[in-house]
Amino acid sequence: MDKRSNEPFWWALFGAGGVVAALTVPVLLLLTGIAFPLGWLPAPTHDSLYALFSHLLVRLAILVIVSLSAFHWAHRFRFTLYDGLQIKHLNAPVAFICYGSAIAFTVFAAVSLYTF
Amino acid sequence: MSYGRYKKYHPLLYRPRHPILWWIKKWAYTRFILREMTSLAVMFYAIVLVLYVNAVAKGPEAFAAFSEWLASPLSITLHSVAFCFAVFHSYTWFNLAPKAMVIRVGKKKIPGSAIMAANYAMWAAVSVALYWVFTTI
Repeated sequence: MDKRSNEPFWWALFGAGGVVAALTVPVLLLLTGIAFPLGWLPAPTHDSLYALFSHLLVRLAILVIVSLSAFHWAHRFRFTLYDGLQIKHLNAPVAFICYGSAIAFTVFAAVSLYTF
Repeated sequence: MSYGRYKKYHPLLYRPRHPILWWIKKWAYTRFILREMTSLAVMFYAIVLVLYVNAVAKGPEAFAAFSEWLASPLSITLHSVAFCFAVFHSYTWFNLAPKAMVIRVGKKKIPGSAIMAANYAMWAAVSVALYWVFTTI
């Protein structure tokens, strides 16, 4: 049986998600979550956002951002639970819940974005 | 694995438990836990972004309703906290990058400060580009 660790695989997703989130999340969050709702900037209309998201490449980019962000969260939060709550002995269920959530979220995002 | 003959205490297996808030006493530890907690903010925004696109897909009414929720005090509070964590994530991520990634050109090592500067330049460029997209559409 192949006993090689699958940690590098999850770590690679964590790293890619860390980069993508570091580059895109602050500005996107500031725009859609703070500046537009508070009227600091004129919020884009439904029509203009609909036109923007109609591009397949835009939705693909969003899928990459949200999915990698989810895997970034899964990996980091898994180790935060181990260290913070000292539950290293619950390795398997915690890993299953964290990565499972990220996979489920990716499926949800992919279906949502595909059926736009 | 065998741990020898039966005895009541196993010093080798003894792991003292620390209090759950072990990280609160020292700023370096608190900073570490806060850094790890930035992943919650990243996940929070990933969910919001998908719901945002979904609301746009459903039509003007659904988008108006979602925009109304975005303007609610609860949402503004959540987003403000998440924004601080997101910036902290970017800051700590880019500052650690030179340690995780050593680039050599020939025999010369590219200095960490140059890698950091490139990261920050990239962050600025991406931010400006996304700002431009959302304010010119």
